[in-house]
Amino acid sequence: MTIPHRKFDALIIGAGGAGLNAALRLASADLRVAVVSKVFPTRSHTVAAQGGVNAALANVFPDDWHWHMFDTVKGSDYLGDQDAIEYMCREAIPTVYELEHAGVPFSRLDDGTIYQRAFGGQSQNFGGDQAARTCAAADRTGHAILHTLYQQNVRARTHFFDEFFAIDLIRDEEGAVLGALVLEIETGATLVIEAKATLIATGGYGQVFRTTTNAFINTGDGMAMALRAGVPLMDMEFYQFHPTGVAGKGMLITEGARGEGGYLINGDGERFMERYAPRALDLASRDVVARSMVTEIREGRGCGPNKDHVMLKLDHLGAEVVHHRLPGITDICRVFLGIDPAKAPIPVFPTAHYAMGGIPTDRFARVVAPARHGPEEVVPGLYAAGECACVSVHGANRLGGNSLLDILVFGRAAGTDILQYVAENPNHRPLREADLEPAVTRLARWERKGEGETVAAVKADLRKLMEDHCGVFRDDDTMAVGVEKLKALRERVEHARLKDQSPTFNTARIEALELDNLVDVGMATLMSAHARQESRGAHSRIDHPARDDERWMKHSLYSRDGDRMDFKPVRTKPLTVESFPPKARVY
Amino acid sequence: MDRADRLDPSLNPKLDPSLAAEVSRLRWQCRRGMLELDLLLNRFLDAGFVELDPAGRTDFVRFLGYQDQIIHDWLMGRAVPADAPLRRLVVRIQQAMRA
Repeated sequence: MTIPHRKFDALIIGAGGAGLNAALRLASADLRVAVVSKVFPTRSHTVAAQGGVNAALANVFPDDWHWHMFDTVKGSDYLGDQDAIEYMCREAIPTVYELEHAGVPFSRLDDGTIYQRAFGGQSQNFGGDQAARTCAAADRTGHAILHTLYQQNVRARTHFFDEFFAIDLIRDEEGAVLGALVLEIETGATLVIEAKATLIATGGYGQVFRTTTNAFINTGDGMAMALRAGVPLMDMEFYQFHPTGVAGKGMLITEGARGEGGYLINGDGERFMERYAPRALDLASRDVVARSMVTEIREGRGCGPNKDHVMLKLDHLGAEVVHHRLPGITDICRVFLGIDPAKAPIPVFPTAHYAMGGIPTDRFARVVAPARHGPEEVVPGLYAAGECACVSVHGANRLGGNSLLDILVFGRAAGTDILQYVAENPNHRPLREADLEPAVTRLARWERKGEGETVAAVKADLRKLMEDHCGVFRDDDTMAVGVEKLKALRERVEHARLKDQSPTFNTARIEALELDNLVDVGMATLMSAHARQESRGAHSRIDHPARDDERWMKHSLYSRDGDRMDFKPVRTKPLTVESFPPKARVY
Repeated sequence: MDRADRLDPSLNPKLDPSLAAEVSRLRWQCRRGMLELDLLLNRFLDAGFVELDPAGRTDFVRFLGYQDQIIHDWLMGRAVPADAPLRRLVVRIQQAMRA
């Protein structure tokens, strides 16, 4: 079978904020740009981001990019690369103005300037008073940005391959990336998209956990493609969980519920946070609350027939407080649970929200991997930006308002660098049929006939395994068992079969390919978490409760080949200012 | 056989092939940018879609053509669709979630 080829200057895989911001920069410069997205672009997960974009515009209070940088380094628990963080905080300001000029309807102050709200972790003057740094378009900032960028890309004549699924990157013998093999979901037809430069912008992978705030599409496709192409994933142990998600569903119940006086109870009706955090109680830090909840469940004091969640009680606050101050929570409970939270408690469990780790890149969004000449050699023709990438600006934990900023700044940076790369490499590198073989083989694997487990069964077990062995409760024993179980599960995937082999809209086949990806990123997460013997940022270990800068102020790298762990130093030297040395992180 | 399996042509040989193809196509249209919509729309596709009459199925296809944020506002009860068929659909999708 001959697979048709199409040639573009740049290929972008993923149509969220990072991909579309890069595409806009390239298409506006008259490059031929292909954007491949497995769903219609405005259905990308960026649409769900409510909070806003941090930028030190100083519209409400005095502000400075250098203060923003301090907060981000501190928030990262000193694992963020300070050159990339300086770049992001400086570039935040022109990036927001660029979006404003592109048509994003930011909320306004009375004087017409962009409204900025205060978020946790933001300070003036290096840890002083609260700052107000987050630019928002009401409570739908992600939606506004995504739609604006999409429309601007249509104007700029970006070529969209909607509902196409990327199977794998194509690399030549020298390791240069030549594009990707993609699959049209509607017809099942394959297509080779050749490109001088390829950007992975496929977002996060929350679906690897049973309880997550992430949409179904967030299956780590780009991260797994990078792994299969021989690129390691970096800092995958750092995954942000919120303590209170709706049990069995995942939606976030904001911390505001506990701020208003809500509290957690176990299956015995006991207010258990009194035992774990006698002073702060239910307002203790996220990791303490989340781990306390899971400890109650592990020790048999959960709620419900399976004792697999705890309850968040709000009914003592009265209907007036619950309905008027917590309208979003009231809506979620009414629609998904059929309950009124002013009358009945809410079943909750820690929910997976955001990946700090991902494909290692430099601040130009170029993918870097260990090679002959050091730990950060550029992979020719390959870029990554957004949640799938690890620049690293979030280090061990991300600040609110910095995720939209990350996708926009580094999507833009990728576009800028690709322009230069394509100017310097004006011709497509030759692609041999042999270069396609790994991707074609991966696709063909799911065409094998015969009896075998279903994809759905293996996926459900994977998500439960990750939640049990690499969620908020982490110690050596739990994770060592998890690694062995995941290796066994990986074998099960090899024997799973697709019953439906029809070519058109075969969503079962897409889900099978997504399962491959989830298993790979799951292994990266679990092995990295097992390796890191300290607690830092979002990675919290019971058996190693303290941060250990002497041994562990370094990035982890997981390679799929041989399930190998490696490490590289943190870039502590910023571009133009003094370093922020590690300190105890106190808020 | 649970509700979702009844709509899987590989598990239910009695399923009308044209309906199976339609459900497969719509399954992908129910993949959205927000978890809330994924849960609500997929549950309805499994539990309520086949019970719609042809006009209702056409309305559902039209419903899926709206932006995520608009569908989210309708299903969470923060806004109401302008036309009656979509208002009825919103109620059915919400009922399917709680069934």
